[in-house]
Amino acid sequence: MFNIERWQEIFEAIAKNKLRTFLTGLSVASGIFILVILLGVGKGLQNGIEKQFEQDAAGIIEVWSGTTTKAYKGLNPGRQIQFRNSDYDISVQKYGDLFDKNGATYNVWGASIVYGKEAGNYQYRGVNPDYLAIENATVIKGRFINANDLINNEKVAVIGQKINLDLFKGKNPIGEKIAINNINFKVVGVFTDPAGEREEGRVYLPLSTTQKVYGAGDKVSVLFYTLKKKESYEEAVAQATQFSTNLGLLLRGKNSIAPDDESAIGVNNSIVEAKKFYDLNLYIRLFFWWVGICTIIAGVVGVSNIMMIIVKERTKEIGIRKALGATPLSIIGMILHESIFITSISGFMGLLTGLALLEFVGPQAESEYFRNPQVDFNVAISTLIILVVAGALAGFIPAYRAAKIKPIVALRDE
Amino acid sequence: MIEIKDLHKSYKVGGSELHVLKGINFNIKEGELVAIMGSSGSGKSTLLNILGILDEADSGLYTLDNVPIKKLNETIASRYRNQFLGFVFQSFNLINYKSALDNVALPLYYQGLKRKERNEIAMKYLGKVGLASHSHHLPNELSGGQKQRVAIARALASNPKVLLADEPTGALDTLTSYEVMELIQGINDEGKTILIVTHEPDIAAMCKRNVVLKDGLIIDDKFVEQVRASSYV
Repeated sequence: MFNIERWQEIFEAIAKNKLRTFLTGLSVASGIFILVILLGVGKGLQNGIEKQFEQDAAGIIEVWSGTTTKAYKGLNPGRQIQFRNSDYDISVQKYGDLFDKNGATYNVWGASIVYGKEAGNYQYRGVNPDYLAIENATVIKGRFINANDLINNEKVAVIGQKINLDLFKGKNPIGEKIAINNINFKVVGVFTDPAGEREEGRVYLPLSTTQKVYGAGDKVSVLFYTLKKKESYEEAVAQATQFSTNLGLLLRGKNSIAPDDESAIGVNNSIVEAKKFYDLNLYIRLFFWWVGICTIIAGVVGVSNIMMIIVKERTKEIGIRKALGATPLSIIGMILHESIFITSISGFMGLLTGLALLEFVGPQAESEYFRNPQVDFNVAISTLIILVVAGALAGFIPAYRAAKIKPIVALRDE
Repeated sequence: MIEIKDLHKSYKVGGSELHVLKGINFNIKEGELVAIMGSSGSGKSTLLNILGILDEADSGLYTLDNVPIKKLNETIASRYRNQFLGFVFQSFNLINYKSALDNVALPLYYQGLKRKERNEIAMKYLGKVGLASHSHHLPNELSGGQKQRVAIARALASNPKVLLADEPTGALDTLTSYEVMELIQGINDEGKTILIVTHEPDIAAMCKRNVVLKDGLIIDDKFVEQVRASSYV
């Protein structure tokens, strides 16, 4: 492989047979190029659909508290359970690695909200930044609650579209002050929620601020979690079920509640709704794997054909070389060396072209169901290696045969 | 230089066996210029292919420069061809994408010589056949006679013991044929052993010895008074 004389011999053969080299290179490059584009488009579709169905995928796990129905450790039933920050903190401490999104909210119904002469009765919730995704809401103006708001106890509010219409009547609400139960907040954003008016009649405030200014101490109302996505639906369900059970036991234990008292602390697991998403995702992936494998097979067949034609075309040359003293091994080496060299270089070119196209054209092709097309570089490189090896193998058989034929037969070949 | 005893060779053609060589015996000494003659089908090309280790006899002895040539594997056969033999073919058999110089240098590549050395030697032999000025021409830029000269230079480049030529003038017109023969005679004058397969009497007359084959047997083997090709040119 590192024989400089052979490299020279091969470069000469390549340089003097430009058309042959070009055609071989083109077919390998286009094979890889198409594969990269297909994989990229597949990934783009998958990303797009994933985004569309994200709320289903989330499989939100909600934990709420109520009153105990069973006596436990000398405590009577009928005790009111109130979550505290510590309940949330212990869950994060213990299971934080599993979480995708998580947080706690403090909910208050029926608050009076006043802006100038307009007023109304709405609901407010102290939340954290993750809550936007949990509600599957979208910010249409300004921003949502962020981490700084929580750290600095900022008095900022993100209002629902209904409140925006009711109180501001088309005026830009960003930067305006509203009074919620007589405490002033600055509006920083407006959100819309697919659930409609009911949920758009809410104001989201930073949780820490809410607890402080309304004297709630460290009380929280609801804990919520979504878990990191799993490969298959079955795995996701298994993980969510296990986590729900463990979390219930953990919190009941902490609050001295009977382990099976689900009225005191309930865990609501909506993972079942995620099945649709996991199924769809699986089908998309299977489809593009299938397309990818077919493309590789087509590429391998193409490279094999070219190698066979090249060897056939060079039969006479092989005969001449053998008459002049070329050993069979040197003939095989020459053909394989050349084929591996050409397929590697041109395959890499195809790979780069494909990646470049995805990189520059991809973002412009984005739509609702298509976003962020990309290719796993490792997958692309493995494919390239498969093609090169397949080309070498495919070339080896005719090269071996050509090296075996008697020089006299090869010389007669016209 | 070459010793042959009771050489037999047959080919399978379809279902039947074709007995091409039916017991050939002859010896060639160093420095001879031998024409092997015969009509087509007489087995002369088969004999040359066996002598050139391009083909193998079914039975009989073949000794080349005191080395028995018998049941060689391909790799050793390649090495012997490279060291002992130089080939000249009727259809030249130059590699068409290589320049005259590179064609001549090719046997030296398989001897493992470095590029610089190869090109020096190749240039020397191209000069010898009078084509030094055409060293960078491709074969299709050369005339038939020039191609055959390049082929002869290539055959000589590895400094073989024996030069084997299969109808070297078969594709050339008469004048060019004589020019090529003049070159071959000159090489023979320097002491190189040369075998030429031909069916043309005038070409045979320019050799020193004529061996005539018919139906797989030698029917005549005589030394002749050599006609110098230069007398025609």
